[in-house]
Amino acid sequence: MSVQIWTFIIVGLSFAIYIGIAFWSRAGSTKDFYVAGRGVHPIVNGMATAADWMSAASFISMAGLISFMGYDGSVYLMGWTGGYVLLALLLAPYLRKFGKFTVPDFIGDRYYSNIARTVAIIAAIVVSFTYVAGQMRGVGVVFARFLEVPINTGVYIGMAIVFIYAVIGGMKGITYTQVAQYCVLIFAYMVPAIFISLTLTGNVIPQFGLLGTESSSGTFLLQKLDMLQRDLGFHEYTTGTKPMIDVFAITFALMVGTAGLPHVIVRFFTVPKVSDARKSAGWALLFIAILYTTAPAIAAFARTNLINTVSEKNYTEMPQWFKSWEGTGLIKFEDKNSDGKIQYVANKDANELNIDADIMVLANPEIANLPPWVIALVAAGGLAAALSTAAGLLLVISTSISHDLIKKQLKPSITEKQELMWARIGAVFAVIVAGYFGINPPGFVAATVALAFGFAAASFFPAIILGIFDKRMNKEGAITGMVVGLILMFFYMSVYKLGWFVEAIPPASEWWFDISPEGFGTVAMFVNLIISLVVSRLTSPPPIEVQQIVEDIRIPRGAGSAQSH
Amino acid sequence: MSQKNLKEYWQKNIRIVLILLSVWFLVSYVLSIFIVDVLNSFSIGGAKLGFWFAQQGSIYVFIVLIFYYVQYMNKLDKKYDVHE
Repeated sequence: MSVQIWTFIIVGLSFAIYIGIAFWSRAGSTKDFYVAGRGVHPIVNGMATAADWMSAASFISMAGLISFMGYDGSVYLMGWTGGYVLLALLLAPYLRKFGKFTVPDFIGDRYYSNIARTVAIIAAIVVSFTYVAGQMRGVGVVFARFLEVPINTGVYIGMAIVFIYAVIGGMKGITYTQVAQYCVLIFAYMVPAIFISLTLTGNVIPQFGLLGTESSSGTFLLQKLDMLQRDLGFHEYTTGTKPMIDVFAITFALMVGTAGLPHVIVRFFTVPKVSDARKSAGWALLFIAILYTTAPAIAAFARTNLINTVSEKNYTEMPQWFKSWEGTGLIKFEDKNSDGKIQYVANKDANELNIDADIMVLANPEIANLPPWVIALVAAGGLAAALSTAAGLLLVISTSISHDLIKKQLKPSITEKQELMWARIGAVFAVIVAGYFGINPPGFVAATVALAFGFAAASFFPAIILGIFDKRMNKEGAITGMVVGLILMFFYMSVYKLGWFVEAIPPASEWWFDISPEGFGTVAMFVNLIISLVVSRLTSPPPIEVQQIVEDIRIPRGAGSAQSH
Repeated sequence: MSQKNLKEYWQKNIRIVLILLSVWFLVSYVLSIFIVDVLNSFSIGGAKLGFWFAQQGSIYVFIVLIFYYVQYMNKLDKKYDVHE
């Protein structure tokens, strides 16, 4: 059977499962819709969090990025896992004890202010929309390559699927579809990794394959790779080129950004107990780590394979995968010296091959000559990763509208049934806007990840942490901190990443303290923290009731009663 | 629970969090970034040690940290009788 037929079968089958689960677990109340009825087992929640968290960027792009960046790619590996330590130790148990539905809920109640609530709603919507637009685009690209439909059609298909389970199932539907999606995506990621590790290093476990020797030459894989890189004029794979301060700043921004992402935080509201919130952060990281410790192995394997396959080889003898990816424009070859051979070197003038980082994972099975069903499986995995994250983000947007905006502020008198209806309307609205951005990607989609994480780091993280650990923190401090953090982040991204308000994007030499826009969330976070502390000490302390809330969320007992409204 | 006990419970919580966060900072920022070059003169299998910590090792440590915290806090909750 051909790849095309296998893709239809496997992708079709996985979609049928997701939709089936969505109908089976559809939401009957707002509690089902927002927090899945609060009955989710910590291991199940960990799996759902892992799928929610690992987006198209983790599945498709990350290994490719590391493959080209080498050591510098570590920022993603540590940044996107280390945030879970912060979540487990500093956020999840207390927010669960607080016992409401959303992050703006916490900010609004803790800071006894609808202004604070509104700032949090805006931040949640900005973060979620910038992030979801990239996911929809990712869905479109995967469909385009594997089902050979136009990218826009791919986006429409993705919209239809997410629409079904986000709108009908709410959090309950999403949780159980995400569990299925985790299984699909991790299986799809591991199968080719194991095969390639076996052929390249003779080791079944890719994590160990990275440390092993290359079977054909008998030298250590990473030493061989360093040598190949050096010979072609690239930097050594195992050492980086970024300034140390920037590596630090990006890693830190991704960590605190992860801990501040609203769609990840709400997952910890769905478990029955405070101790379960701690536990499920651990399980989430374990499930994520399976992929994240495999990614550096895939990166090194793919890089070695790629150089061995293309360097100084005749263009006419290139394998089939090379031709089919050339068709998508993601591989470009230009025979500058007309010798018919491919010169893949660091020198820009002599280099003849341009490769998009995104194909490293998607093309891996073809590069390693794996059977067609594995290729189809990887397509299904990429779709599962993108769709699960998109659904989680859409839920945050719809909840922000129905619960935080309408129920809590505009029209508190609406019944639960009306609120549920508004939640569904919010989800429909969010799907349409996300789809629109997927089809007409604005310039900032490429900068999406940096933007979303920077905003989450600059706004939510300090407000939540201080809300839990600093009893003296008041609304004046938190609001000023969040607003200044957001504006600062927005300004730096606009100028140094998107080139708004200036004639041209300033060069790296003009970055503040040598820190790239990707790492600037760290600076904005600290500025927010300091401003919050200073302003709060200059203004009056929070009311006694609020101080009581802070005392109360610090002990686990009584989480059951705290959830009633 | 009495005020004094609550204070004690919270202080113990803060202490363990600070200890675990120091380990978190050590493996990810100190070993993997600040002194990565020093560590790279050692190796684990075919990988330089600093590089390995940055790409795999720190992630393993993160998992251990969280599960240790879960277990520690469950005991602490019981001891101070604040568990659910």
